[in-house]
Amino acid sequence: MTDTQDATTAKSGDAKAPSRRSLIGWGGAGLALGAAAAGGGVAMSRVGNSIDGAAPAAADTGAAVAFHGASQAGIATPVQDRLHFAAFDVQTDDRAEFVQMLKDWTAAARRMTAGKAVGDGAYGGLAEAPPDDTGEALGLKPSRLTLTIGFGPSLFEKFGLKGQRPAALVDLPQFPGDNLDKTRTGGDLCIQACADDPQVAVHAIRNLARIGFGTVNIRWSQLGFGKTSSTTPGAQTPRNLMGFKDGTRNIAGTETDRLKKFVWVGEGDGPDWMTGGSYLVARRIRMHIETWDRTSLQEQEDVFGRDKGEGAPVGKAKEHDKPFLKAMKPDAHVRLAHPDSNGGVTILRRGYSFTDGTDGLGRLDAGLFFLAYQRDIRKGFLPLQRKLSAHDALNEYIQHVGSAVFAVPPGVRDKDDWWGSTLFSKEA
Amino acid sequence: MRAARLSVVTAVATAAALTAVTGCTEKSKADGDAAIKVTAADAKCDTSAKSVPAGQVSLSIENKGSKATEVEILFPDDRIVSEKENIGPGTKYQLTAEVKAGSYEIACRPGMKGHGVRQKLTVTGSGAVAKRDPQLDKAVAAYRAYAQDQADRTIPKVETFTNAIKAGNLKAAQDAYAPSRVGWERTEPIAESFGDIDPKTDTRADGLEKGQKWTGWHALEKALWQDKKIGAAQKTLADQLVTDLKDWQKRVGKAEITPTSMANGAKELLDEVATGKVTGEEDRYSHTDLSDFKANVEGAQQAYELLKPVAQKNDKALTTELDKQFAAITTQLDKYRSDKTSDGFVSYATVTKAQRKELSDAVNALAEPLSKLAAAVVK
Repeated sequence: MTDTQDATTAKSGDAKAPSRRSLIGWGGAGLALGAAAAGGGVAMSRVGNSIDGAAPAAADTGAAVAFHGASQAGIATPVQDRLHFAAFDVQTDDRAEFVQMLKDWTAAARRMTAGKAVGDGAYGGLAEAPPDDTGEALGLKPSRLTLTIGFGPSLFEKFGLKGQRPAALVDLPQFPGDNLDKTRTGGDLCIQACADDPQVAVHAIRNLARIGFGTVNIRWSQLGFGKTSSTTPGAQTPRNLMGFKDGTRNIAGTETDRLKKFVWVGEGDGPDWMTGGSYLVARRIRMHIETWDRTSLQEQEDVFGRDKGEGAPVGKAKEHDKPFLKAMKPDAHVRLAHPDSNGGVTILRRGYSFTDGTDGLGRLDAGLFFLAYQRDIRKGFLPLQRKLSAHDALNEYIQHVGSAVFAVPPGVRDKDDWWGSTLFSKEA
Repeated sequence: MRAARLSVVTAVATAAALTAVTGCTEKSKADGDAAIKVTAADAKCDTSAKSVPAGQVSLSIENKGSKATEVEILFPDDRIVSEKENIGPGTKYQLTAEVKAGSYEIACRPGMKGHGVRQKLTVTGSGAVAKRDPQLDKAVAAYRAYAQDQADRTIPKVETFTNAIKAGNLKAAQDAYAPSRVGWERTEPIAESFGDIDPKTDTRADGLEKGQKWTGWHALEKALWQDKKIGAAQKTLADQLVTDLKDWQKRVGKAEITPTSMANGAKELLDEVATGKVTGEEDRYSHTDLSDFKANVEGAQQAYELLKPVAQKNDKALTTELDKQFAAITTQLDKYRSDKTSDGFVSYATVTKAQRKELSDAVNALAEPLSKLAAAVVK
């Protein structure tokens, strides 16, 4: 993979102050796999300036992100500050009704991502009828809202889709240490709503859920934060709730080649309807915050394989220095997750921190809502997590409590296209 | 129940064609000569005039029948303009009301029940008379009759319940509790529109305001299931419940019901389910929530079915969806029948979280299109 390239670019990595987006725009997630995508970290500083140049949207947290495209927005899009993620179950057995809902959702998503209200708006309509739009996003900017749809394995048991399930969409095994809550696991489909304004993201999920009532219902949903400032050149890599810089290296949205290699489903990968799509793994990872906080600084740094202040790999001075993996403890998180330790395995991380209050025992119910996109789960998250779940020193302080996988279809091409058209147009 | 709710039934009253007002004194010239003679008997209701000018209208009523009767002036949707109850055989009564121009009926109800014998009454005069849709008037009248019937049927069931309490029979009282609530739950938006009855009969412990004495079904529910004892206080509460519900029964005829309030009332019944029953809060001691749940759905469906002919013309897709979702929720609920022959339900305590979510999903699936019914009716 890109080791050699990274090694060379690493040297120039310090030269410029990279933009915040260039460093972390792609890696808000990565706690559990903090360095899984480490192959890209320094490369990002290389292209740092061009990110802001190439993607002006990233510089304006209020702007709109294009909804149409070959791939869905919300994957390679610079990561927004906030998340509302919802998994849905299908309630109808009528395929036509489900397809109509996908079309209705697409129309609503097209409007909301452009900063417009759903349907006939939130006021001014018939006094006797509830308004189409719920109204709480009135007056707010588009806030770079992206809405990304995914189809879970269980959807392919319905609507005669059995033969269409991609081989790359595997059911994840029970990993050692998993303590999955059924009510936070799985789902026939999902919507990932990301925006720089939390109210815009929540509004989007709420309105899609409302349109879907009777056809689908929410199985579970998760709010996430973790991005607190807008794009500012030179801003720091954000820290996860354990206090460590997270997502130092990840795939950047401008790295066309690596996106093609690791994220987008290519022609011939099969099935055809997925070409231009990707596969999403979502994991709710609870952190044992209180025990972590009582852990000595030395152990904390050993667990990650980076220092807490700068984020530099063991034995190195700077965050973006090329890690020398053998200097780290054998069970250090970064060492285990690094592409060099995994035959080059690289995933695009896009997760968020979460805090859902406390757990009734006086402990924070907090952690990382991990989201990773990849070209094939069998060659991405699955081998990585097999390894991490067995050996990662971090496991003492975390627990995976929710899990889901989704096939994320290609983008909505134009105003006549709709979410899932490549899957649902082909056979009845 | 829901504490401090805005009653839709009342709130939308302005949408109704209020063609009459009582108590206005501007035209007080009418005198005894202008009175309409109403001769009531066991099977007839003769009136001396079919048309009178707007203003003060007097009815000179004489009951020549063998039963006590009740005479009413009614709007086209059967709302009562003015009434006199309990006019005994052989007695006379003068009923006076201020009536605006429009079409009315005079009804005599021998035995003080049923549809009664009706006579048309046209009140002539100027003044804006809002246009009425006869099809919708019919729907409202039928719904009012349904609500009245539910109230009438509730009283004996409540008495079975309260008699068991007064006899100190815990088991019998527990058995009679849920059935005593069905008619009330089916038509709850109407009861709530009166404002003062619901707080007395259907308040939950958490809904009490400061200084409010806890009366009604739920106070008794707690005694029967949690405290498991019946004392003098409960017997007093039982009597009070009957008194309060008889008040409700009497007032159903005067409730301001419009097509819009019917539609919104149906939606409100589903709101009741969504906020009180699915969560198990309503009947927290007895866990008979599913009985209330079912009654709310039935009442909503009744209102819907009556409005459906009009709604269907305006929004066929909506009524198709509503038919489907009413059927779906009924199928869901039937899974929880305690046995196939009775109309009882299993204890809500035995319904798992996953099952409650299924029920909640069914409620959302029905309530969302139901929220669009009012618009489809007035379109």
